[in-house]
Amino acid sequence: MEYIFAAIKTVLIFVAVINLVPLLIWLERKGAAYIQDRRGPNRANILGIRLGGLIHSLSDVVKLLTKEDIIPPYVNKPFYLLAPMISMFVATITVAVVPFADPILINGKEFLLQVADLDAGLLYVFAASSLGVYGIMLAGWAANNKYSLLGGLRSAAQMVSYEMSLGLAVVGVFLLTGSFKLSEIVAFQGANPFHWNILLQPLGFFLFVTSIFAETNRLPFDLPEGESEIVAGYHVEYSSMKFALFFMAEYAHIVVGSCIIVTLFLGGWHFPFLTRDWIWNHTTMLIHLFWIVLAILSVAGGTWLVWQYKPHKYNDLRDYETLVFGVPGIIVGGSLLMTWLLFHTVVPLEIPTPDWVRQAMVTALQLGTFVGKVLFVCFVFIWVRWTLPRFRYDQVMRLGWKMMLPLALANIFITAGMILIFR
Amino acid sequence: MEPIVFYILAAITVVTALLMVTRTSPISSAVWLIACFFAFAGLFVLLEAHFIAVIQVLLYAGAIMVLFVFVIMLLNLRPEELKTRAIRFQTVLGGIFVLYLVFLLPLSLFRSGKLLFPEVLPQFGYVQGIAEMIFTKYLVPFEVTSVLLLVAIVGSVIMGKRKL
Repeated sequence: MEYIFAAIKTVLIFVAVINLVPLLIWLERKGAAYIQDRRGPNRANILGIRLGGLIHSLSDVVKLLTKEDIIPPYVNKPFYLLAPMISMFVATITVAVVPFADPILINGKEFLLQVADLDAGLLYVFAASSLGVYGIMLAGWAANNKYSLLGGLRSAAQMVSYEMSLGLAVVGVFLLTGSFKLSEIVAFQGANPFHWNILLQPLGFFLFVTSIFAETNRLPFDLPEGESEIVAGYHVEYSSMKFALFFMAEYAHIVVGSCIIVTLFLGGWHFPFLTRDWIWNHTTMLIHLFWIVLAILSVAGGTWLVWQYKPHKYNDLRDYETLVFGVPGIIVGGSLLMTWLLFHTVVPLEIPTPDWVRQAMVTALQLGTFVGKVLFVCFVFIWVRWTLPRFRYDQVMRLGWKMMLPLALANIFITAGMILIFR
Repeated sequence: MEPIVFYILAAITVVTALLMVTRTSPISSAVWLIACFFAFAGLFVLLEAHFIAVIQVLLYAGAIMVLFVFVIMLLNLRPEELKTRAIRFQTVLGGIFVLYLVFLLPLSLFRSGKLLFPEVLPQFGYVQGIAEMIFTKYLVPFEVTSVLLLVAIVGSVIMGKRKL
């Protein structure tokens, strides 16, 4: 039974991470577009429905799956095939130790909302992320191409350099918490935002986020790709789904890195100022609140969409997209509002709140908070990418070894000294 | 269940180690060595030593082997550039001597009659157990090892860069 639960959790979390990837690609395109004062993808549609460009991601998937899969004759075939698999595998296994919400109590049994609460939790994260470089290095080497090799070499040097500050930046967090377990680090931070590690360890936070950027090979650290200098770096020779695996691995890395940042520094699944007990005791009020907010939001959103309707804008089915979403929005929101008023004034109805409803409320709120925070950090990744230019190679090395490493060491000393004095 | 897993992991360890030694391409050797480290980590997990297993992957597979592969790629060694291995008299003699030692050591230990592997504490392989051992009972060897590593680093820098 235990094994079945573990397997189900593993599959669910894997599917969740994989499904966030197209969403992130969409977010990246739209974010890039709005930062550069453009509209972003808005053409791909199914029967006129574009979902603000989300359909474009779907068409991308179909395109990548159906493209011709070319394996150049001069590559080292075993490693060429192995490299994308390693990339994707490593990017997704890290998420196994991240707690998504408080453990659920069912009949006195604890049910963890994380795949494994390892004793060496965070070390597992580092171990897994340190393997990510093999995918890139082997891809660069196996392709037998100068540009690929350069990309692979750059990636290796960069990863090794930034792993040091990545590991040292969180030592302060360990010193404060006294544990490697991610669940205990989250529990230590609590619901009060002024006790989250971002405020207790501001320097550690910045060092960690910068190192995560370097580890995920995102701009300003995307030297292994470096389109303007070495074409596309390590994945020049890859096509079709093999390229897509690298592409997905990059975004999976962002999701996983955001999960780790949220867990370590942004209070994990804690909703600011709302403790678990408070949610448990005020479930009725929260249900009312959700009901009203949902109703008002869908009415407002629907009205806005209907407002946007202009006949003969495209002269095809796309004209009616705003109506297709706007009118049901208004109807659903209005009926929600009416039922709430009906139950509140004419027929007073007590909402029954047995334990499982309260538990579901707590878990839903915590999960929602966690996902919200993760998406926000993901957006920060995208935001930075389209704001900062790429570093030069010597700048990357100087930043890593001469600035971040001493700062991380200083952070450890200061934190340890403070703990020694004030505890 | 446990013996089956052990034998599978042990078999993987031995096979990958053999493959590592016999490959001609340096990169394949390195990759098989990484696979070998993983099987090793599995063996440590089987011994309830989670911390050591994770450290094994983190340091050996994740850091040291990355540097190895990096250097191999940087030098771009081709299989044909390496000398062919020929079995010589010294090799055979050395092999026989090693086998002799391998049998001699356990034999002498068993003959001494002491309890070879004392019972460990239940939390032995976890972070806390190891930290307590390192920072209390084995503090001096631990510090000496770290100084030794520092000496090695300084030495290699001086060897590599005569003119700084």
